[in-house]
Amino acid sequence: MSTVERLTVFKTYKLYVGGKFPRSESGRVYEVKKATSAAGAAGKANWLANAPLSSRKDARDAVVAARKAQAGWAGATAYNRGQVLYRVAEMLEGRRDQFVREVADAEGISKSKAAAQVDAAIDRWVWYAGWTDKIAQVVGGANPVAGPYFNLSTPEPTGVVAVLAPQKSSFLGLVSVIAPVIATGNTAVVIASEERPLPALSLGEVLATSDVPGGVVNILSGRTSEIATPLAAHQDVNAIDLTGADGDADLARDLEIAAADNLKRVRRPQAVDTDWTTDPGTDRLTSFLETKTVWHPTGSLGATGSAY
Amino acid sequence: MPTAPAPAFADAVASDRSLRRFLHGLPGVDTVGLEARAASLGTRSIKTTAKAYAIDLAISMIDLTTLEGADTAGKVRALGAKAVHPDPTDRTTPRTAAVCVYPDMVATAKEAVAGSDVKVASVATAFPAGRAALEVKLGDVREAVAAGADEIDMVIDRGAFLAGHYLKVYEEIVAVKEASGAARLKVIFETGELSTYDNIRRASWLGMMAGADFIKTSTGKVGVNATPANTLLMLEAVRDFRTQTGIQIGVKPAGGIRSTKDALKFLVLVNETAGSDWLDNHWFRFGASSLLNDLLMQRQKLSTGRYSGPDYVTVD
Repeated sequence: MSTVERLTVFKTYKLYVGGKFPRSESGRVYEVKKATSAAGAAGKANWLANAPLSSRKDARDAVVAARKAQAGWAGATAYNRGQVLYRVAEMLEGRRDQFVREVADAEGISKSKAAAQVDAAIDRWVWYAGWTDKIAQVVGGANPVAGPYFNLSTPEPTGVVAVLAPQKSSFLGLVSVIAPVIATGNTAVVIASEERPLPALSLGEVLATSDVPGGVVNILSGRTSEIATPLAAHQDVNAIDLTGADGDADLARDLEIAAADNLKRVRRPQAVDTDWTTDPGTDRLTSFLETKTVWHPTGSLGATGSAY
Repeated sequence: MPTAPAPAFADAVASDRSLRRFLHGLPGVDTVGLEARAASLGTRSIKTTAKAYAIDLAISMIDLTTLEGADTAGKVRALGAKAVHPDPTDRTTPRTAAVCVYPDMVATAKEAVAGSDVKVASVATAFPAGRAALEVKLGDVREAVAAGADEIDMVIDRGAFLAGHYLKVYEEIVAVKEASGAARLKVIFETGELSTYDNIRRASWLGMMAGADFIKTSTGKVGVNATPANTLLMLEAVRDFRTQTGIQIGVKPAGGIRSTKDALKFLVLVNETAGSDWLDNHWFRFGASSLLNDLLMQRQKLSTGRYSGPDYVTVD
């Protein structure tokens, strides 16, 4: 009796936009290969999967989805956002093995090193989940003023943030740039690492099955410069995180110039070989916040000196 | 404008029975073919200069509409200002065709668009349900006309139509046409309530025979409004009517058209079905409110090369 060899079912990686999984509007894909240090022989054995090659219209659609989701997400209570983000960490834990495999292939590192990256990423997610209802106390509060007023500052989300995910750290770096953006109530259009997009596209599946509303995170894969350029010039994007433009100073400069047109908040790229495992601090959380300050009269109103 | 039926139809409208025989004698609609045709015409790719032309044409065809219980004079004035200068940052933007309001707002709207060629259209005849006595409906129309409405959008009595009392519907349209005087009359069928494509075809012919200047899909107040298929069907009706009688009649899809992409699909339908004679705001209109903002954003995208956002158009 002959045994028939089983055919592997390959996964079609798709974009994550507005809570759905579309292909690129352009119909294009590109080959994603194993990182060179992990690959043995050259050629077909290096091939991992085809990823969608997003066009500027995919970017436009993602911005529409992010804008639509923004008010609802910002309007959710901070506590609720924290719960939702924690739920994402729960889902990530369940898919740990898949992410370990994808990160090992993408970054050309051993399974054990990849596992350490994935664990750190899940912990990072939980860490930011905890910050949702604490950041306002840390960066906001009552201000002392010389007058009979209450003066209160409170941080509010900037709005729709375009995020260029780091090119090298395909998962820990990715989580480290997405989580702080959405923790404070922004919505994000994320451009995955150009050569290592698969963990990011799989993250979309995790977000879709947790309680994150569709449109809060939108994930695009493709040529970073092709997608980032229309996003940087887009009038309905409020901020842009240029982390993924690391290693391409010209692109970063052009994007910053385009972003100036509607006064987007810009976070400049950092060093190419950033160590993402170190404690991130609240820096990324506060990058995409606006401070609203309210003056309210206090003190005596009448001759009796009574206050209300 | 003839208020009497075109001579060719004098026999048909002689009695309820003859009218029924005529309308039911119209060829049945091939549902699958109609929807396939509408869908295939929606796949045309319109880019660059053709797109710029189409966007400007679509803007000039809009009946900028506000039909809410919460309408205030201030809102109507804002709407009028927007119709006259849709994009204040770019004076090359064409004006919309008209503003469309309730009868009691006509005078306010008229003031708001004074000095421009923007028309004022008024819904009437107990819009949107049309459930009122004929005298009340006619009073509604006369009041709108007296206030200065250039166009009247009437609703047909769907109850009577569905019950088969075609002559009643016909006579009502004729009466409203007479009450409208010089104002152009748009007849709304509320296609979403007519159930079948055959009924839409019958209603189209009924409306045209009764002297409508425009046939209009819907009020925008029910679940199903203008669709490419029902608009295609009405475009075929006006085309056939002109072939038969020489009288050209306009078409106005209303409700549910929100994006530039949708609007361009309708323009393709017009060009491919009725012909380029209808590519003019005298013969084709969009009943819409949010569509204008999307057209303006697309227009800004074409002229600046970067995507615009809702922060750069008015909130209405």
